[in-house]
Amino acid sequence: MIEQIIQIDGFIALYIFMLAAFVGYEIIGKVPAILHTPLMSGSNFIHGIVLVGAMIALGQAETELEKIIGFLGVFLGAGNAVGGYVVTERMLEMFKSSKDKKS
Amino acid sequence: MNIMNLQLVIHTSYFIAAILFIFGLQRMSSPVTARNGIVWAGAGMVLATLVTFLYPGMSNFILMIVAIGLGGVIAWISGKKVEMTDMPQMIALYNGMGGGAAAAIAAIELFSGKDHGLTFAILAILGGFIGAVSFSGSLVAFAKLQGFKNTTFRFPGQQTLNFIVLIAIFAVGAYITIQHSSGNIVSIFFLLALILGITMTVPIGGADMPVVISLYNAFTGLAVAFEGFVQQNPAMIIAGTVVGAAGSLLTQLMAKAMNRSLAHVLFSGFGETTAEGSEVTGSMKPIDATDVGVMMAFANKVLIVPGYGMAVAQAQHKVWELTQLLIERDVDVKFAIHPVAGRMPGHMNVLLAEAGVPYDIIYDENEINSEFESADVALIIGANDVVNPVARTDPSSPIYGMPILNADYAKNVIVVKRGQGAGFSGIENALFFLDQTRMLYGDGQEMASELIQSVKSI
Repeated sequence: MIEQIIQIDGFIALYIFMLAAFVGYEIIGKVPAILHTPLMSGSNFIHGIVLVGAMIALGQAETELEKIIGFLGVFLGAGNAVGGYVVTERMLEMFKSSKDKKS
Repeated sequence: MNIMNLQLVIHTSYFIAAILFIFGLQRMSSPVTARNGIVWAGAGMVLATLVTFLYPGMSNFILMIVAIGLGGVIAWISGKKVEMTDMPQMIALYNGMGGGAAAAIAAIELFSGKDHGLTFAILAILGGFIGAVSFSGSLVAFAKLQGFKNTTFRFPGQQTLNFIVLIAIFAVGAYITIQHSSGNIVSIFFLLALILGITMTVPIGGADMPVVISLYNAFTGLAVAFEGFVQQNPAMIIAGTVVGAAGSLLTQLMAKAMNRSLAHVLFSGFGETTAEGSEVTGSMKPIDATDVGVMMAFANKVLIVPGYGMAVAQAQHKVWELTQLLIERDVDVKFAIHPVAGRMPGHMNVLLAEAGVPYDIIYDENEINSEFESADVALIIGANDVVNPVARTDPSSPIYGMPILNADYAKNVIVVKRGQGAGFSGIENALFFLDQTRMLYGDGQEMASELIQSVKSI
């Protein structure tokens, strides 16, 4: 293992978990219903960060089996991140107020 | 650069990415800034991905780049091409991919047999389990909504079987954790988790699918967070947890809007609520488009209640054209949207936005409900259960207690409908039998065109 400059352990991990959970809860609580679909899609994009984890897992894979699983993981993670971004952006782009329009 | 500096660069970038994710999500909570929000979050993702190539001790770069390219291009093309009506299943598919990626991380960790201590083993196992369930479950949800597999498959003892599988997964998981075993037992663990995702999702009816997709979205978030702990990656922990919490709340909101409890969605089918409700008596009175056009053109206030039927008929562009004609005649036109109009909350807003309807004439159920009394015309197009007044009046009805739009309070109610059938839930709609209600039978798009002609000819 390579020396890590950070250690997230025990209670520190719990604190991060707790604070992040509140952030997620608070953000959604304020969202108007009209944005629920794009927001679900947007949060779907954000867990696309799993791509980074999959890359690291593949990067450290040694056996053939690990490499195959790692390849699949990176493939799936990239699909999550890119697909999530594309559809969310497409949906949000369409939301316009009547002031933004010529007609 | 020495390894410490490199690590500093990497972790600073992850830190910035985490900030950008939260900032982006927060911007997405208002329609004015939402577009900008996803762009910020996207910038965070690109930064985090690029900097990961610098991660110390990595190899297999060619495999990695090929996998990113392949997954990225396929997702890019499918995401650009998908119809707005098909958005729910596309989100399910991308979400499933994320769950699969989290399960893959766990699998590598477990197969490698490295011993990082008990906490890490438990988190890796849990994340792998949730990720695998989310993966296979989301794929089933996708297949169902896409229409590959429409039938809802149930057999007696299904819940018992799911429960046994669940127990088996926990037993195998505990064994792996305690014995640090790798190899075949790990394969069995993942196989069981994938099976559970399938058997859990197959019995769930199409109407409940959005709730399930949202639930799996939260699952994937949680799985990513757990694997983030295992990999000591705070960006993954924060992003995953935020999504897990946000997704759980969103799931609850959706279930509530549909008048279904989460337990109900997961453990019974929609059709199984067989309470009949009282008979509705009276007759449905037809009307033709010319009369409706005149009625709307001379009204002061028209409220349009669109449902998924409108989107299926591809009528939203025509409806917006009609709306513009009415607005030119100084009619006050507003769209009244039920939380579950469309196939998931907010889906109808996306479909209307696509047709060019500005969001400031689109109103939520609780914003608009008090306005029906002062409306001259309520035009119901492709909606059914969400305007059924028995939800307010008849305690024996299966939809009793579900929040509805009070279209029955309008002075005139026009229902555009293909035929005389009941709604999604199979319940007769008392609204159709009221004295002030007239039925405009026909395809949504054709009827909207006829209404446009009628208004134009005045």
